[in-house]
Amino acid sequence: MDSQVLNIQNRGPILFGGVATGEGLKKAVGMRRSEIISEVRNSGLKGRGGAGFPTGVKWNLAAAASVESKYVVCNADEGEPGTFKDRVLLTEYADLVFEGMTIAGLAIGSHQGILYLRGEYRYLLARLEAVLAKRHLDGLLGEGILGREGFKFDIEIRMGSGAYVCGEETALIESLEGQRGEPRNRPPFPVDTGYMGCPTIVNNVETLALAAAVLARGAEWFKAIGTDKSTGTKLFSVSGDCLAPGVYEFPMGLTIAQLLTEVKGEGAKAVQVGGASGTCVPASQFAQTLAFEGVPTGGSIIVFGQQRDMLKVARNFMEFFVEESCGQCTPCRYGNVALLEGIGKLEQGRCSMTHLKELMALGETMQLSSKCGLGQSSPNAFLSIVKNFSDEILGRALPA
Amino acid sequence: MLATEQQRLATEIVELADHYGRDRCALMPILQAVQQRYHHISEFTMQEVANLLGIHPVEVYSVVTFYAFLKAEKIGKFVIRLCRTISCDMQDKDKVARQLENELGIRFGETTPDGKFSLEWANCLGMCDQGPALLVNDQVFTHVTFEKVSDILEGCRRSFGVHPMPQGGH
Repeated sequence: MDSQVLNIQNRGPILFGGVATGEGLKKAVGMRRSEIISEVRNSGLKGRGGAGFPTGVKWNLAAAASVESKYVVCNADEGEPGTFKDRVLLTEYADLVFEGMTIAGLAIGSHQGILYLRGEYRYLLARLEAVLAKRHLDGLLGEGILGREGFKFDIEIRMGSGAYVCGEETALIESLEGQRGEPRNRPPFPVDTGYMGCPTIVNNVETLALAAAVLARGAEWFKAIGTDKSTGTKLFSVSGDCLAPGVYEFPMGLTIAQLLTEVKGEGAKAVQVGGASGTCVPASQFAQTLAFEGVPTGGSIIVFGQQRDMLKVARNFMEFFVEESCGQCTPCRYGNVALLEGIGKLEQGRCSMTHLKELMALGETMQLSSKCGLGQSSPNAFLSIVKNFSDEILGRALPA
Repeated sequence: MLATEQQRLATEIVELADHYGRDRCALMPILQAVQQRYHHISEFTMQEVANLLGIHPVEVYSVVTFYAFLKAEKIGKFVIRLCRTISCDMQDKDKVARQLENELGIRFGETTPDGKFSLEWANCLGMCDQGPALLVNDQVFTHVTFEKVSDILEGCRRSFGVHPMPQGGH
C-alpha cells in the first residue's frame, strides 16, 4: 500500500516523528525488568484502545506473578467504527509495534507474544509475517535477543474472523483459545488469569508502539508532551464531513474545535468521539479537550456536517450493536434491539415522551448491568444524540 | 460430495491439524484455512475437526456460527463485503450497494446461482477516510464508485479459475 492510502495527515513528535525503531529495545536490554516497568509507569502512558488503563500498572501486575508461562497480546482487532490508525501503524510502523511487544515480554517475563489481527485486515498478514521473519534474522526475536542471556521472545500472528466483540480483551482471549468470542467475567483479570489461564497483558497496537518510544527517549521526554493526566500523543482516525480526513498524531489535550480546524471540518453540527461506543458531542461543546480528563477516546473522530440527520446516525450505530452483540447477557442482547425499535418509532413520529424516557432509562440500565464494555457503552451514542438533538428527533413529520 | 473428494478433504484437515496442533487453540486457524479453500465449513469438516481435536462437533458448530467470516453454508468463490458503517454510509454506500445488486442480479445475503459471487454487508472495515470501502475476499477496495464496481467484478471474473484473488486494488 502506498502512503496515499495510509493518509497520514499530521506527523506528531512520537509515533510518526523522530523516534527511530530499535532504540527502545536496545535500551531495554540493558535495564532490569523493574526499571523498564518503572520507566513505563513514570511516563504516565495509558492504554490507547480507549479505556485508558495505566500501562505500567498492567505490566507490573503481570510481572509480579511467578509462573513460567506468561503472554503478551497485541490487540489488533481494530473494529470500532471510524477507527483505522492501527491499520496505518501496522502497515508503516510494524517494527515499532513488535518492538513494544518484545519490551513488554522482557518486562513481565514472557517468552511468547501473540498479535491478534482482525480478519478484515488479512491483507496485512503477509507483510507482517515478513517483518517478523526479518526481526528473527536480525536477532531481535528468538533466543538471546541483542545478546541478553536468557531473553527469548517470539511473536505469533493469529487471525480474527469478523467479530467486533473480540476487541474486548477477554473475548479476544476466548477467541485465541478456540472459543466463541464471549467476554468473561472480570475479575479475574487477564493479568492474573488470561490466555490458557496464564498471566496475560493485552495492549492496544498504539500503546505498544508508544511504550517502545518511551523506552527509547525516556519517561521525562514523553511526559513533557500532552497534559498532566494524559501524557504523550494520540493518533486520531478522522472521517466524515471534513475536507482532510485521515490519521493525525497530536499531543493529548487539544480541543475538538482545534482538531476540526486541522481536519478542515469547521462548521460541523456534531462530532462522534470514540466511535459507535463513544459519545456524540454537539457544536456547543467543541471546547472540550480530547484527553482522558476531557472526552476520552480510542481515536475515532467522525465529523457530522449540518446536513446530517442525527436520527439516521443513531440508527446506523444501533444497527451495528444489534449485529455485533455477542448475545451472552440479557441487557445487551435485548436492550440494543429495544433501542433500535425505539428509533423506528421516532422515525415514524410515533414515540411518546413517556416511551422515550423509558428508552433512556433502559439505556442507563444497560450501561450499568451489561457484562462487558460493548453493552455498557452501546447506549452512549443513542443517549447523547437524544439528549443533545431532541429538537431534531422529536415531533418529526410522518414519513410520506 | 464424492467419496474421493471427502477423502481428500479429510487428508487436508489432518495436515492442518498437524500444522496448527491438536488442541482447542488450533480450532480457529484450522477452520479459517478450510473456509479460505472451500468457501464453507461443511458438517463433514466439523465432524472431522472435532474428532482430531477431541471435542464434540457441536462445539465446532458453535464457533463456526459465531464468527461472521466462518460459514456453515456454502458461499461464493468471491465474497464481496461492503462496509455499511456510518462513515461509508455517509459516503453513499447505498448507491454502490444498488450497483452491486444490479450487476450481479442478487440481493445482499445471496450468492449467484453459478456460485461465483456472494454479497454481504460488513461492519466497519477501517477504511473510513476512503469510503465507500469493500472487501473482495481479502482484498480491500476504497473510494468505490459506480464505474469501479463493474471493473472490480470484471477483475474477479477474469481471474476466476486462474487465481482465487483479484489482482490490483483500491
